[in-house]
Amino acid sequence: MTKTSFLKRDEAVGFAILALIIFIVFPLMLDDFRLNLFGKYLTYAFVAVGLVLCWGAGGILSLGQGVFFGLGGYCMAMFLKLEASTPEATAIQSTPGIPDFMDWNQISALPIWWQPFNSFGFTVLAILAVPALFSLIIGFAMFRRRVGGVYFAIITQAIAAIATILIVGQQGYTGGVNGITDLRTLMGWDIRPDSAKTALYFVNAVLLFACLFIAMAIRKSKFGRVLVAMRDAEDRVRFSGYDVASFKIFIFCVGAMMASVGGAMFTLQVGFMSPTIVGIVPSIEMVIFCAVGGRHSLLGAVYGALLVNWARTTLSESFPELWLFGLGGLFIAVVLAFPNGLAGLYDDYVKPRLKLSRRNHAAKPSNPQLAE
Amino acid sequence: MFSGYSLPELGAIFAMQGFAGLILFSVFVLMALGLAIIFGQMGVINMAHGEFMILGAYVTYLVSQAFATYAPALFGAYFFVAMVLAFCASGLLGMFVEWAIIRHLYKRPLDTLLATWGLSLILQQSFRSLFGAREVGVTIPSWMMGSLPLTDLIEVPINGIFVMVLALGISAAVYVMMFKSGWGRQVRAVTQNRTMAGAVGIDTERTDRLTFGIGCGVAGIAGAAFTMIGSTGPTSGQAYIVDTFLVVVFGGAASLLGTIASAFSISQAQSILEFFLSGSMAKVITLLVVVGILMLRPQGLFSIKLRK
Repeated sequence: MTKTSFLKRDEAVGFAILALIIFIVFPLMLDDFRLNLFGKYLTYAFVAVGLVLCWGAGGILSLGQGVFFGLGGYCMAMFLKLEASTPEATAIQSTPGIPDFMDWNQISALPIWWQPFNSFGFTVLAILAVPALFSLIIGFAMFRRRVGGVYFAIITQAIAAIATILIVGQQGYTGGVNGITDLRTLMGWDIRPDSAKTALYFVNAVLLFACLFIAMAIRKSKFGRVLVAMRDAEDRVRFSGYDVASFKIFIFCVGAMMASVGGAMFTLQVGFMSPTIVGIVPSIEMVIFCAVGGRHSLLGAVYGALLVNWARTTLSESFPELWLFGLGGLFIAVVLAFPNGLAGLYDDYVKPRLKLSRRNHAAKPSNPQLAE
Repeated sequence: MFSGYSLPELGAIFAMQGFAGLILFSVFVLMALGLAIIFGQMGVINMAHGEFMILGAYVTYLVSQAFATYAPALFGAYFFVAMVLAFCASGLLGMFVEWAIIRHLYKRPLDTLLATWGLSLILQQSFRSLFGAREVGVTIPSWMMGSLPLTDLIEVPINGIFVMVLALGISAAVYVMMFKSGWGRQVRAVTQNRTMAGAVGIDTERTDRLTFGIGCGVAGIAGAAFTMIGSTGPTSGQAYIVDTFLVVVFGGAASLLGTIASAFSISQAQSILEFFLSGSMAKVITLLVVVGILMLRPQGLFSIKLRK
């Protein structure tokens, strides 16, 4: 194995199993509709991975990840919307060539901040740079003044609330409560048919693994160790001469960028972007994906995002009233009964037995469900 | 934005919007008082606070229905019965929640936040199953209807005045309880130094439970007052939770006076801006300014010096 210097044996096995599940098992087992749904769940996993870095490793609980998810999603949606709003396609509008919702809101020219989104290069840059800049400003203002913990959570939640109200209120520029819908093609490639959704699923999976490797690299580096030390004894790290705020700002930016990439992929996979995905409720649900998987486990976060969303779809299809009870119960159970999530359960109950059986039958292959 | 209005008109606008702001202020104060006890004094994040308030509102709704059916002669007085029952219902539920969930999490505030969010989802769905998804309204007793004309241009609604008086009365009661009574001294002692408070003979567990219960009970009263100016739905509580937390944080978490001052400034700013801008922009600007100030001054308007 070439990666042994980077990943321990357990971790490599964990990655391999996750790759097996995502790249082979799901595409073989699920029909196109379900695979598309799982593609959507994968986009949430980006946020969960970012949260493992921020919250699990750094101790920074952001309840505004939906905002970053939305920033990425809206950047992508703006590009796709402009591509869909050619003068020919919008000939019946009073001003052809601008997005339909602008026309409905009596706006007769494309706003200046929409114009750069005609370029795909700019859009990709914006998906990474806008959330980074935004989180930099928030992080700089908060962490420099040593605001953390609960206050940070409340203020990020307020920011999520502001973002939703702003998007819904500025209907002419953002599509309002319906969001940006009716997206058609990406650089001429139709994103609506099932084949495109399947292709996007694989793009998602590849990008997610890229994020996982970046996150793993961050955690393994000296930076990652300082981060954990900071979470557990911030003052000691500060007194040792580290600039605690810069570490926090950096990791918060990384988490925001991952969320944003997830949001952009969400827009592509689902074909729309709306403020319901930005607000307080989805933002805090993103935290539960991470908490269920295990706040300290990168791979766990992916499983958490997939499992919770899958449970939501299944439960709300068959018992719509039960889902909120289930989700609420999950929040409470995860906090009270198993604070380290699925990964914690695996570490506590499955791993010791595996070690035992490995010691007893050294040659017997093991098949752990979850690993980190 | 001021062009097109004459000076007396502007004065009347500010007075009327200011009064609308005062009603909003009363709602904020009532909601924030409970939170100021729970979050400000105990340091517990209760995301289900809005749902405790809605529980009080539903209790008021049930009581008004019961009075209308069984004692129509006494209908004018039902609100006072409802208020007491709302306090008891929310308070008892709060004490149960403290026993079942919160007491395990005092050392992990962020986890309390998640657990109480889960609780709020469960309560919301319970309300929806019990009372239906549609909003319910109560019939306001006749003495609370109508409005008082102050000048030719300015009129104030009576139910608004009532809610305001209630807010002030309960603020005073909470102040006396927190800062003048033996129980309040115990609460503050436990918050500031749990171990030492226990060592001098305060039953810290009992104090915690009672404090949480009373905070939730005050939220229940807020809910009862809420029915006098708006209708109640299963998710109404969630709409207020962010504002309420901002009010408490903005005021300085441990300061009761700060909470009232921040509720006043936020509600006035929002309601005066609302007249000149759209409602959503008024809210966005108010919240942005609050968040901005909090970034510059994280300890809030009024801070109490504490050794941490």
